[in-house]
Amino acid sequence: MSEYTPDTVPNKRPLSMQLDVGRFEPATAEEKAQHDIMRESTTFFRDGMRRLFKNPLAVISIIALLLLLITIFVAPLIVPYGYSEVIKVDGKRDRSITNMRPMTYSVMEQEKIDAGEYVFPHIFGTDELGRDYFIRVVFGARVSLAVGFFASIIVLVIGLLYGSISGYVGGKTDIIMMRIVDVIYSLPDTLMVILLSVVLQQVLGDSLKGTVLASLGNNMISMFIVFGLLYWVGMARLVRGQILSIKNNEYVLAARALGASAARIIRKHILPNCMSVIFISTALQIPSAIFTESFLSFIGLGVQAPMPSLGSLANLARGGMQIYPYKMLFPALGICLIVLSFNLLGDGLRDAFDPKLRR
Amino acid sequence: MLKYAIKRVLLAIVTIFIISAITFFAMNAIPGGPFAKEKAPEPRIQAVLEERFNLDKPVGEQFFLYLRNLLSGDFGVSLKTGREISSTISSSFAISARLGGIAVLAALFFGLIFGSVAALRRGKWADRTIIFFTTLFVAVPSFILATLLLLIFSHTLGWFKVWSITDPNYTLPVVSLALYPMAYITRLTKSSMLDVLGQDYIRTARAKGVSEQIVIAKHALRNALIPVITYVGPLTAYILTGSLVVETVFTIGGLGTHFVTAINNRDYSMIMGTTIFLATLMVVMTLISDLLYKAIDPKITFD
Repeated sequence: MSEYTPDTVPNKRPLSMQLDVGRFEPATAEEKAQHDIMRESTTFFRDGMRRLFKNPLAVISIIALLLLLITIFVAPLIVPYGYSEVIKVDGKRDRSITNMRPMTYSVMEQEKIDAGEYVFPHIFGTDELGRDYFIRVVFGARVSLAVGFFASIIVLVIGLLYGSISGYVGGKTDIIMMRIVDVIYSLPDTLMVILLSVVLQQVLGDSLKGTVLASLGNNMISMFIVFGLLYWVGMARLVRGQILSIKNNEYVLAARALGASAARIIRKHILPNCMSVIFISTALQIPSAIFTESFLSFIGLGVQAPMPSLGSLANLARGGMQIYPYKMLFPALGICLIVLSFNLLGDGLRDAFDPKLRR
Repeated sequence: MLKYAIKRVLLAIVTIFIISAITFFAMNAIPGGPFAKEKAPEPRIQAVLEERFNLDKPVGEQFFLYLRNLLSGDFGVSLKTGREISSTISSSFAISARLGGIAVLAALFFGLIFGSVAALRRGKWADRTIIFFTTLFVAVPSFILATLLLLIFSHTLGWFKVWSITDPNYTLPVVSLALYPMAYITRLTKSSMLDVLGQDYIRTARAKGVSEQIVIAKHALRNALIPVITYVGPLTAYILTGSLVVETVFTIGGLGTHFVTAINNRDYSMIMGTTIFLATLMVVMTLISDLLYKAIDPKITFD
């Protein structure tokens, strides 16, 4: 059957419902253009990212964090000093090298420079033992970020497992599991952190010596244990709430009717739908972990010397605060910058990805 | 309501019991007894000492003896100073309570005001300024804030005198304690106020010709306050733990200073007593704020 053109179309019979093709006009180029696919259909993730990058504060915080990350990974490669290394000039100890101001040189270093040799500058000066302060702050930022990151991962993993089991299984299991969460939730967390850190430090004692964990120090290990014991409850509640609200959707029922296992339904159908909320909450957990670490460092339960963290550096600097205020300023600014960036990024992520805030 | 209250009180008692148990058994897990020093006393003397402090009994029995003593207000003696812990707590807590009380009130007062202003002037410069500063304040740890305030306003500018017991100046310690919770309350008030201002009953009140002040004070603010009440429990917890740091920086001899000293000296009985005392206080404050919340919010029903 050949195709109809306006000329070959047979005339419409008077009472037929047949369309009169002759009365149609061909579409103009402009009208055709309207049906072109202007852009690909976006996914939820891509759409969220687009929103995120439209938020100037979030973009600034991403850039700040990236710069910080680059600094803490590149700086130790460039700066020839170690974080626990007392600086020596030609293998000899220089007395004038302690407590130097930023960008100054000790007497012996100055002699070397005058002799035409190159000495790497002490960008933030040196501390009371003659260690390069810049590299200490860089390592401090590294430790603080690592603490925040790993603590959040621990919280995420435990909370995710616990919350999804509790929410998906439901019934008596859910009630019992949530009672446990209620009890842990009502414990005053900071006090428990202090208590457990004090105890674990003594209990762990020398038992870690010789293992990989030893380099972290007892205080760090006990802090991670404490995070694993106490801080996951908020995440577990969040995950459970999300799962409860998603579980009753038709697509979950359909998956179950098709015989999918519980693990598969949680993994494939439920978790991807609540991932954004969980992810945002994890991002906001990082600054709170950094806060906790700096708080513990302040009351003497933080990382083990000579390992620096931003909190312990700031705490050490309080002693000579009136003479060397910049020693306080650098780590303090570091903490504030990291926490501020993560807070802003978390807010930005929430605005971009939380379906409830969609306009 | 009564049933709910009883349930919550029972839960709080269970929580306090659990905290005491954790604290006691955790401290017991630390190797070495209180008399295991380099110069160990004679075995005979040690036996007498252990009997005196009930250390010869099984751990479970020790725990219940400790609990019984706690209930009668006896926290034992400090391992380092030998002083009664209960007398240290009662004498030093008065200072901490006053400092914390002022900080709580200041945080609530300014937080509510700034939060309401930010909500009512949404998008204007006042809102932007307030939100800018609250975002900033949330990112500064209290010990850094306290040290900087001390350095700038007390040492360099000399506007505020350094703390002394005879002439206490609360301004700087209160500011360093209250700034973070104030920022939090501001954000909380703003969002709940915005939520309330969009409700139908506000429109009804305005349509009836009620003046703007009364709409805000009577209809909006009272309802916006409800979420803030739930924050009173965490607020107390924050102020109490924050006071550990702030008291140490300003050398205020309150309970916080004693606690930090005990931690640094590994004074276990003191750590134990103070932890249980502070934890009980936090649990009680959370209980009060939860009960208040349920009593005030008409929308919540009891099952």
